Amino acid sequence: MVSPAAIVIAVVAVFPVLYAIYLSFRDATVTNSGQWTGLSNYGELLADPDFRTALLNTTLFTIVSVALEFAIGMAMALALHRSFRFRGLARTAVLIPWAFPVVVSALMWRLMLQDQVGIVSWLAHATGLTDQPILSDHTSLLVAAIGVDVWKSTPFIALLLLAGLQTIPRELNEAAIVDGATAVQRFVAITLPQLRPAILVALLFRTLEAWSVYDLFWVMSDRQLTSLSTYVYSGVRVSQLDFARGNAAAVFVFATSIVIALVYLRVFRSGGTGEEA
Amino acid sequence: MSRSTRWSAVLVLMLVIWSVLPVVWVFKMSISDQRDLFSAPPEIVPRNPTFTHYATVFLDPVFRAGLVNSVLIAGTTTFLCLVLGSVAAYPLARLRFPARSTVMTAFLVVAYFPTVAIIAPLFKQLRSAGLLDTYPAIIAVDTAFALPLSIWIMVAFFRKLPGELEEAAQIDGAGIRQTFLLVVAPLAVPGLVTAGILTFVFAWNEFLFANTFLFDQARWPVTVVIPSYASRHSVDYGAQAAATIIVTVPLAATVLALQRRLVEGLTSGALKG
Repeated sequence: MVSPAAIVIAVVAVFPVLYAIYLSFRDATVTNSGQWTGLSNYGELLADPDFRTALLNTTLFTIVSVALEFAIGMAMALALHRSFRFRGLARTAVLIPWAFPVVVSALMWRLMLQDQVGIVSWLAHATGLTDQPILSDHTSLLVAAIGVDVWKSTPFIALLLLAGLQTIPRELNEAAIVDGATAVQRFVAITLPQLRPAILVALLFRTLEAWSVYDLFWVMSDRQLTSLSTYVYSGVRVSQLDFARGNAAAVFVFATSIVIALVYLRVFRSGGTGEEA
Repeated sequence: MSRSTRWSAVLVLMLVIWSVLPVVWVFKMSISDQRDLFSAPPEIVPRNPTFTHYATVFLDPVFRAGLVNSVLIAGTTTFLCLVLGSVAAYPLARLRFPARSTVMTAFLVVAYFPTVAIIAPLFKQLRSAGLLDTYPAIIAVDTAFALPLSIWIMVAFFRKLPGELEEAAQIDGAGIRQTFLLVVAPLAVPGLVTAGILTFVFAWNEFLFANTFLFDQARWPVTVVIPSYASRHSVDYGAQAAATIIVTVPLAATVLALQRRLVEGLTSGALKG
């Protein structure tokens, strides 16, 4: 009875990945599988300045946004955990940005950052933070995209971590308090190791999502800012002449995602107390 | 109030402001007239609240079709995920077979999958199958990527059901199919609702596949319509604001009404992984 679901997933998700890898070694077009060309698609990819820009944008975006989201989310979760009150309200608030389509959050913030009618740019000009239109150059667009991602995803990370905090037995902390451990010591020695599975899920999930960012860049910058995923899209769909190169970039995203996941799993499994699910 | 209670109250307040204020501001923009929109310093409360921007958006045939398409695509995807997902989740929750944890892990891998990785081959395959720019294509793809999450949530839910009822049914001579349909399925309704809403939100919010595989704007879901609407009416800020509010409100209302259940579903899936 598992098989119908497994078949759908295999046909629509698993087979295309293998096919993508196969095609990435050929000079394929949309209509034709082409000839074997070895690694030349990948060579062209790495030589393409547009691809390098996309790679740089995506890397900066992923590192900065995930780091900020994790740090702020952890602070939120710890604070919320200290009291049982208001948790329902906090949860409700958190679900609002999470439930929005990314394109809608992006457009909302675009309106607020817009030069003529945007409240954020008005504030930025009024306080002398900047006198440039925010949505004008690539650097500020990238900063804005990171800001929107932090807005949207931080509360959700806080929620995941809060759920993890609630599974830590109280006795551990109580015993440590009796033994005279400070709050910082308890955080490092008890909370962090106990929270490891929740942290892994939150970080892994967010990093992979950020690494394949697409909608946010697309809408925030009205297609000006490129990510790895927008690069794939423009190869495959916009100019179908770059099908092979776009596909190679897609395989690159896939392979690097696996590497990211393996690194996370490794880091979280080694150096721990060896507790396994 | 103790010090820590007060602190957490302040924090919750900040969290609420963080989440809600931008939406409230965009709502304000959506009911402001041109003069208020462009006034500096900005008006906190619109002087002449107006719904003309909503009328503009609803009069746009592409936008209206987008809403219908989104309901159609997300609704069908949800239905398929619940049917395929529940018949897959039940044996995964109850039976012990050797490949069980491998199957669960494989599903999880697909849930974390960078979907962009397959748009090139799928584009090619759908093209040769003549399915590019059709509803079935987009529904099939959405279903495949929403299924793993639905299955995980439902497995977690089925495991929590007491096994005695099923045993009793089997002692009375019911087969696994009968047990599932007559005993388990009715009990599983809350779990199905949770999985269903999360699937619906996923499919409603999906953008990459729809933007890649659908060409004709008559078939676009609203996530694809909105950015193109913003590009076409790039200076009609009031209408853009109204469009984002229209798309968000029904979804936000449903999610908020069922928030406790959704949080449980999401975090239980995550923490048992």
